[in-house]
Amino acid sequence: MSEPMIAAGNLTRKFGDFTAVDHISFEVKKGEIFGFLGANGAGKTTAMRMLTGLLIPTGGEATVAGFDVYSQAEQLKRHIGYMSQRFSLYEDLTVRENIRLYGGIYGLTDEELQSKSNQLLSMLVMEDFQHQRISSLPLGWKQKLAFSVALIHEPQIVFLDEPTGGVDPITRRQFWEQIYKVAEEGTTVFVTTHYMDEAEYCDRVSIMVDGRIDALGPPEGLKERFKAESIEEVFIELARGAERE
Amino acid sequence: MSMIKVQNITKSYGNVEAVKGISFEVGEGEIFGLIGPDGAGKTTIFHILTTLLKPGSGKAKVMGLDVVDDYRKIRSEVGYMPGRFALYRDLSVEENLQFFASVFDTSVDANYELIKPIYSQLEPFKDRLADDLSGGMKQKLALCCALIHKPKVLFLDEPTTGVDAVSRKEFWQMLHRLKEQDITLLVSTPYMDEAEQCDRVALIQDGEILSINTPKAVTKGFKKELWSVKADNKYELIQLLRQYEFSETVQPFGETVHYTDQREKIDAGELESYLKGQGMEHLHVKKAEPTIEDTFMRLMEPEASHE
Repeated sequence: MSEPMIAAGNLTRKFGDFTAVDHISFEVKKGEIFGFLGANGAGKTTAMRMLTGLLIPTGGEATVAGFDVYSQAEQLKRHIGYMSQRFSLYEDLTVRENIRLYGGIYGLTDEELQSKSNQLLSMLVMEDFQHQRISSLPLGWKQKLAFSVALIHEPQIVFLDEPTGGVDPITRRQFWEQIYKVAEEGTTVFVTTHYMDEAEYCDRVSIMVDGRIDALGPPEGLKERFKAESIEEVFIELARGAERE
Repeated sequence: MSMIKVQNITKSYGNVEAVKGISFEVGEGEIFGLIGPDGAGKTTIFHILTTLLKPGSGKAKVMGLDVVDDYRKIRSEVGYMPGRFALYRDLSVEENLQFFASVFDTSVDANYELIKPIYSQLEPFKDRLADDLSGGMKQKLALCCALIHKPKVLFLDEPTTGVDAVSRKEFWQMLHRLKEQDITLLVSTPYMDEAEQCDRVALIQDGEILSINTPKAVTKGFKKELWSVKADNKYELIQLLRQYEFSETVQPFGETVHYTDQREKIDAGELESYLKGQGMEHLHVKKAEPTIEDTFMRLMEPEASHE
């Protein structure tokens, strides 16, 4: 069996007396779509920051794409993709400039950049809009572009932070199909979302409550275990016990 | 009597037509939902009805008052919770509430009964700055401030965006209690599943209304047989369904894929044997009840049926 793409053991982060993430342990496989759920304040963002090399844990261990979150945070950052709904693209740069900027940041050569840009623009059918500023594009297009840009350096794993808020249902599904496609090709996808119905698109989901992972499994299995009709019901059942506001 | 009456309203920003001739009415004590994605025109409609923007053309009345001629009167009568958190971050919970009461020439005590069920949850934190509240608590405080002058009509622009499922559920329970007090509510949301919480909804996309009705009747508008298909490899399943010769629409839907066929009626067995023949394993094919989302997608792409 291949190495897990994420392996976290008792991963913990304290801020003073407050334990934001409390001994979480889980693994994510290659090519898996993993949904990371939790109420506001449950510790999702803190956990995600540790897994993307932005925050050093105060306890436990974790590797992401084979890199240690303590000692190899810099390499880790270079080998993962990251997209958040709000901050991924520069609004006052054009489509092509954004691709070039991210390609440059991830160390692509000029040649690679040329061919990658053309390939990406044709895949997204955006050649005719390559010189338009991002601010003039519809939200759904921005999202697809941001996702492709997050994959420009062909990372083994991509983190999606609340990727699909606010788009229409057809665009939302086109986005999920893009996710299925890259997962099918072997890229691991780690996604946080507020849409509980969206959790059901993932292969497995974890639900955080008060810094702990209180449930973990395929959506169908969790629904069976909690005798619930939907992941939303499972979530409400678990989050009701939360002590943090 | 209709508390909100919108007749053929339009609004453009430069070349962009944000609202393209929208009409609807909301009756007293009704919860009316504007359901649609970002950019559909929901906020513009709220701005027109709360008199923050003038319509380009068309007429709108709130409690019988014209949004252009009687704007001052409307402002003092209605409650409005904007989409973006609009309270004073550097005032405490209690100070915010007192401030809004004084702006509307009333006092917290005079209207305490109405907000009590909501405010009692915030009272332990009444000295905390608004900025230091969690998302769910900010939302509760904003609701209290919008209610402090006992409005008959309450406008809530995306009150549940960005809050978690538990807070969303609690928030809707509060709105139902307000309805019992005969308050009329106009609520917008991008979450399609919240349509069920409303008495009637308008599905809105690109500045136009796709459908107005009770949530049940809206989904009844989905005239086709809808099939839910499940198999081990979802990505491949989607591709295979698209390639099927009678395929009409194919949309991922959580753990399953929703499928409609070009033909009027089909037999599940036929679809199953096609997919099995293509190597799909652990196959489940069954009829599905259309949801608001299914209906919304169908209305968005009327051409889908002529592909």
